[in-house]
Amino acid sequence: MGCCGSKDLKTHFLDESVDLSLLDEVLDKYKSVKGSLITILQYAQETYGYLPLSVLEHISNETGINSSQTYGVATFYTQFRLKPVGENLIMLCKGTACHVNGADGIEEAITEELGIHDGETTEDDLFTLNNVACLGCCSLSPVMMINGETYGSLTPQKTKDILRGIKKESLALKEGN
Amino acid sequence: MKVVVGLGSCGIAAGARKVYESLEEHIKSNELKVGLELTGCVGMCHLEPIVDIYDDLGNMERFVKVSHDKATELLTKAMAKDEDIAFKISDVDKEAIDKQVRITIENCGIINPEKLEEYIEKGGYEGLKKCLTEMTPEEVIEEVKESGLRGRGGAGFPTWFKWNAALKEKATPKFMVCNADEGDPGAFMDRAILEGDPHRLLEGMAIGAYAIGAEEGIIYVRAEYPLAIKRLNIAIQQAKEAGYLGKNIFGTDFNLEIRIKAGAGAFVCGEETALIASLEGERGMPRLKPPFPAQKGFWNKPTNINNVETFANIPWIIRKGGSAFAAYGTERSKGTKVFALTGKIKKGGLVEVPMGMPIKDIIYGIGGGILNDKKFKAVQMGGPSGGCIPAHLEDTTVDYESLSKVGAIMGSGGMVVMDESTCMVEMARFFLDFTRKESCGKCIHCRLGTKRLLEILERIVSGDGRDGDIELLESLSVEVKDGSLCGLGQTAPNPVLSTIRFFRDEYEAHIHDKKCPSKACKALITFFIEDNCIGCGMCKRNCPVEAISGEPKLLHLIDQDTCIKCGKCYEVCKFDAITIS
Repeated sequence: MGCCGSKDLKTHFLDESVDLSLLDEVLDKYKSVKGSLITILQYAQETYGYLPLSVLEHISNETGINSSQTYGVATFYTQFRLKPVGENLIMLCKGTACHVNGADGIEEAITEELGIHDGETTEDDLFTLNNVACLGCCSLSPVMMINGETYGSLTPQKTKDILRGIKKESLALKEGN
Repeated sequence: MKVVVGLGSCGIAAGARKVYESLEEHIKSNELKVGLELTGCVGMCHLEPIVDIYDDLGNMERFVKVSHDKATELLTKAMAKDEDIAFKISDVDKEAIDKQVRITIENCGIINPEKLEEYIEKGGYEGLKKCLTEMTPEEVIEEVKESGLRGRGGAGFPTWFKWNAALKEKATPKFMVCNADEGDPGAFMDRAILEGDPHRLLEGMAIGAYAIGAEEGIIYVRAEYPLAIKRLNIAIQQAKEAGYLGKNIFGTDFNLEIRIKAGAGAFVCGEETALIASLEGERGMPRLKPPFPAQKGFWNKPTNINNVETFANIPWIIRKGGSAFAAYGTERSKGTKVFALTGKIKKGGLVEVPMGMPIKDIIYGIGGGILNDKKFKAVQMGGPSGGCIPAHLEDTTVDYESLSKVGAIMGSGGMVVMDESTCMVEMARFFLDFTRKESCGKCIHCRLGTKRLLEILERIVSGDGRDGDIELLESLSVEVKDGSLCGLGQTAPNPVLSTIRFFRDEYEAHIHDKKCPSKACKALITFFIEDNCIGCGMCKRNCPVEAISGEPKLLHLIDQDTCIKCGKCYEVCKFDAITIS
């Protein structure tokens, strides 16, 4: 058994169920354009919802950028995540204006309602909570963004109501299917 | 007749999209001869959704806080010239705009950002045409020099000087980069410009590119601003088709391509060299200066980087002349500046005022004063790199020099107002928590120093502060400043130093008396039920940990050992019977 980085360890982490061919197009376009790593990773995350390790490895193999560097970039920026997220991604703004106007109380309300903290996903995979630095809607603080939609002037109760509404919708959609 | 709905991010969050859709439906189904347009953010975020209705003569009437179910009724009444009409903007709110001088955001909330012709109508691309057909690059730089424009992104470096340095470099190709990675929590003027007047940015960049001799422009924009990216893409496409970008612009031999690069979320990328590293696909870690980006920037080629607001001033300066711009402002801080007024303020939003205006005129004159008429305590300027200006210095004017004298910075123009309920030690902890997370980790003093500063602040707010902690914070702050390579580390201790400077007594109260004067730090406060409790049971029912006991109509009691100090009882009590000490 070799040290970390040996083949055994690598295969241990790789997930064969991930369809790597989804990246063919973007890799063909960008693999020889230098400085495109972030763009490729952004595309990959959009495709898979997160960055599976096997995808990082595949990108490294295809671009020739060594895997430590790819992993380094993927873990440096807050946009990238290495774990899957729930159906609904809650981005809770923790910027200055939101902080002054009670963002902590909103976080508590989310935790009370869903039982998750920053970075966690609910057991039913419906919600993931991510605290973010600033969504740029400071005059409506406190603010959160769910699936690209911004909700402003939140109170703990309003937050819970919004989450319940989304949960209901998601469940109804599932039943409909 | 024309109806314009404000569809900036904040307007949409307030429900403007629904207003737009119901009007669209109404106009279509009734085949009304009414034009419907969207526009960006006019800066009065507290009044969103905003609807402007223009009559056939072009007179505009503004309606605010329009609810989507009443939007069609509003239009019907406006068309019938009914005097009894709801949602009209108040005179006070109208005045708040009249008190401003708008240059950078003059078109925001007025024009449709997705239509090139509306920008052209406002004099768009005239500045670029003038530069390309009548001026040499040196003359363009001279004009910018005369305007006295300084960088609006943070440090306030003279724009002409950077351009001149890049122009003098012989190496090619050169790059013109726009920093649209607005990472400062509490500032959103760049977003407003990107969403509300994207062609203005393109024109500013094109003029700059001509001045330094660049043929490629890159806009590094936050991925958190999807609407801004969408509108920029539309604008770039339109400008290309109209010949304002591409080859042989205005029939000259000047060529320019501009592309967008979506950032991936890192505050440190506001720093020039870190931004360049990120553009090159690497981790956004700052590099040693010199060589400056003007000499060796993107792919080691001469590169100039300015932020969005800086570029947005350029077309105006060229069109109206540098001296017209320099007529506003103070001796060393020329022109106007956009501020994002937020926090405990009645009328939050974007305000653009001449440099040199006293802070109190902005807060009271334009912002309408403190929320719920509480006492003004301090205003935080410059974000995590800035400082808090206390209420007794409210006469301080907003210009680069005056602000740095009181330990704050202009930064990107975030202005977060705080009232008596904001604890300043907690505020310092908040900022250090931010900078610690955002430190890229390259310099030890920044990486570990911010962590240690945060630990000390955390123990102070949780009631475990020790003798000598204030002095320790001060000396460590100086070391972090000295030992860091880039602006992030060099300014990270500013919130600590500035709060110690003006609110030392609050630190002392936390450490020595174990009290939080603002009654904000949970570990240092206790909730009591006073004798005027009528025993309604409201607090008891709402307490999440069942810490409150008492029979109906009798005085209730809080069990202090069980209480988690969530403050729910305090919020729900209708008789002010619960006090905090």
